[in-house]
Amino acid sequence: MIAIIVNGKRQQVDVSSDTPLLWVLRENLGMTGTKFGCGIAQCGACTVHLDGNPIRSCITPVASVSGKKITTIEGLSADASHPIQKAWIAEDVPQCGYCQSGQIMSASALLGAKPKPSDVDIDAAMAGNICRCGTYQRIRRAIHRAAAMMAQGGAK
Amino acid sequence: MSQIINLSRRGFLKAGIAGGGLVLGLYLPRRLAFAATESARQFSLTPLVRIGSDGGVTIIVGQSEMGQGIATSVPMIIADELEADWSKVRFQQAPADPAFGDPERGGTQSTGGSRSIRSMLMYWRRLGAAGREMLITAAAKEWGVPTEECRAEQSVVIHQPSGRKLTYGQLAERAAQLPVPKEPKLKSPDQFRFIGKEVARLDTPDKVSGRALYGIDVKVPKMLVATVQRCPVFGGKVASFDATKGKAVKGVRHVVQISSGVAVVADSYWAAKKGREALTITWDEGANGQQSSAAITQLYAETAKQPGPVARKEADGESALAAAAKKVEAVYEVPFLAHATMEPMNCTAHVRKNDCEIWVGTQNQTATRATGARITGLPLDAVKVNTMMLGGGFGRRGHQDFVADAVETSKAVNAPVKVIWSREDDMQHGFYRPATYNVLRAALDADGTPTAWAHRIVGPSISAERGQKLENGIDPSMVEGAANIPYAIPNLEVQYIYKNVGIPVGVWRSVGASQNAFITESFIDELAAAAGQDPFEFRRGLLTKALRHKGVLELAAEKAGWGTALPPGRFRGIAVAFSYASYAAEVAEISIAKDGKVRVHRVVCAIDCGVHVNPDQVVAQMEGGIVYGLSAALYGAITIDKGRVQQSNFHDYPVLRINEMPVVEVHIVPSKAAAGGIGEPGVPPLAPAVANAVFAATGKRIRKLPIRPEELQGS
Repeated sequence: MIAIIVNGKRQQVDVSSDTPLLWVLRENLGMTGTKFGCGIAQCGACTVHLDGNPIRSCITPVASVSGKKITTIEGLSADASHPIQKAWIAEDVPQCGYCQSGQIMSASALLGAKPKPSDVDIDAAMAGNICRCGTYQRIRRAIHRAAAMMAQGGAK
Repeated sequence: MSQIINLSRRGFLKAGIAGGGLVLGLYLPRRLAFAATESARQFSLTPLVRIGSDGGVTIIVGQSEMGQGIATSVPMIIADELEADWSKVRFQQAPADPAFGDPERGGTQSTGGSRSIRSMLMYWRRLGAAGREMLITAAAKEWGVPTEECRAEQSVVIHQPSGRKLTYGQLAERAAQLPVPKEPKLKSPDQFRFIGKEVARLDTPDKVSGRALYGIDVKVPKMLVATVQRCPVFGGKVASFDATKGKAVKGVRHVVQISSGVAVVADSYWAAKKGREALTITWDEGANGQQSSAAITQLYAETAKQPGPVARKEADGESALAAAAKKVEAVYEVPFLAHATMEPMNCTAHVRKNDCEIWVGTQNQTATRATGARITGLPLDAVKVNTMMLGGGFGRRGHQDFVADAVETSKAVNAPVKVIWSREDDMQHGFYRPATYNVLRAALDADGTPTAWAHRIVGPSISAERGQKLENGIDPSMVEGAANIPYAIPNLEVQYIYKNVGIPVGVWRSVGASQNAFITESFIDELAAAAGQDPFEFRRGLLTKALRHKGVLELAAEKAGWGTALPPGRFRGIAVAFSYASYAAEVAEISIAKDGKVRVHRVVCAIDCGVHVNPDQVVAQMEGGIVYGLSAALYGAITIDKGRVQQSNFHDYPVLRINEMPVVEVHIVPSKAAAGGIGEPGVPPLAPAVANAVFAATGKRIRKLPIRPEELQGS
């Protein structure tokens, strides 16, 4: 049994220690918001936070995060009320939407570290997240919008 | 569904009552329907619209939502005519059902060809209008007043003289008892409340919270997870395999041979993957084991030396070429391309004795159902297909290979099975945009006016390789964007020679137009250069009879500031293309780094798609098409060696990332013309606009995609 803390909740999972965190989240814990895209940390669809930092869960063995705090898209807010989610809705960012959990988790880590990111900061933080629908221009706008919302104390 | 009240065949409409509410559906004539499920159809009603006694309006969308926004557009269209309160409107994805077939496409339920709204707009409008009239009539009867004194607004019917009101929720059951109007009166465009207005997508909240359920997210009780090892060589088969080590992996339950390879079925994806890696398989590689990109190019080049079937001929190109003051000749090549949807292929199936249920993100529910029936031997009626959200389609999800994997595996192990493809499986076992080889020749007179154009295409055939017969040797999808070039050139001949090279091909966002626009719009640029003319003015002068092409070309040029000064190191290129009943022109602004890498800074797009439903989603589709086209132009190439795809994942099949994203500006031409497509038309002009900008920057003509930095170093 391996213990992990996901969105503040302690979970025990019975899996082989090399199982990637991605599949533990999706198959053992039933949290399918985190997506499988490439399996080799090239696309960012599986991005979650480890102690607040973005990681690619598809290459992270679950044993390596034992006892550490994981945040997934489900943990950002239960009802799309987080300022980043609100900004994403305001810009109507998603098309197919499959990459967007990962995009949002990368964006939220960026805004945690840099509350008012420049376009260069956005490029650096978001270049690991592929979107085949081509929503990048809206992602950029939404990050700026979210930053402005959060600067005003969030949109609760 | 308790009863069917009426059926208006003429308007393809029917209505009924369900759960105390009004349901509305489309009735397809028998000739358009698929036999096995049709016997009882006339007397049953599959709703497209449900209005509950609580006033909730549910629109069941038969087209697949794959990012193009159809799950919002269909509700917008119906709700507009219905005069529904948008805050009460919800959508659901429809299962496979003939009721969702496209009457303009023989009743097939599929999503592609930028076709949904083009085909269905008027059906959906009539459906919404019929519902509105029935609700108004129900209210008028209740009040004992003429219907002319009543109007509908925001899900409420109002009796104007008295100000009395009844809500749709209150009226739904009574409206369901009424006859369906044969010819409901449609609103005039100035009365539209949603059509043509920016409306936020209905699927966004679920897509930003991880709640949206894609095929890969399906969970069925007692479901097992499988992954399939396919022969790395196209067309190869399993000769023999040893599953001993695979079965020894903890969590692996079964190892079974299916038609596409060897399926490892386990409790989890990770166990299935490890089990698969432990298999020992001997392959019979079949006929393609020595196929390579080099050999394909050589075959194409050899083939292109002889004339072939004619797709279009105007006057006499050869005589004009012989008599020409100036001749221009060039060879253009495009590679195979993978779709690389973000969600790898997957499907879940549960085959039981008397029925089969499938959960999948598909672009073709009709074919999915048929695939289930074929493999199980069950009648179509016994195969239920649940449409999930699609993590991208781009043409790939019209195929049924991943469906067959799941149905065959479930049948073999007698349990519900989800088959998940790895990214590597997805990249190496696709249906690729065809690689083609093109010989172009043109003649200019002494003034630089083109007098002749000859284009010979050699390549695979999407249609023929699907088993369709090529009429007169021509695959229309392979010559689209080539046979219909819009320029007024008096002598013109376009030929197509089919060569099957054993690599599976399929429709890839904008299909033939994707490669042929690159080829023809680059070559016309060559002619402009040979004529010593500005590429925009040169095209403009030849678009005398193609006014919508000319319109978008001029709009894009104007908005991009064509002809105005650019900062040092910046250059522009332009292109225009027609596809899927829409016209798009794009101007790309680029610079080239010392290492030869092309950077696209800005793309200005003008789109004339006729009447359109949601302008912000037209913009989104153009943005998306431009990114898709730019990924292909800068990076896209699937190459073959020893019958195998050499690329495997995003490290060696790169796609555009946010740090390379140009500023994209989209300008929509106001139009009352019939609705055109939007999913695909943004793609075709992108590659030639960028390649023509490279020519403007360097004098080097890009005749082979993708654009290779090593060829532009130091230029």
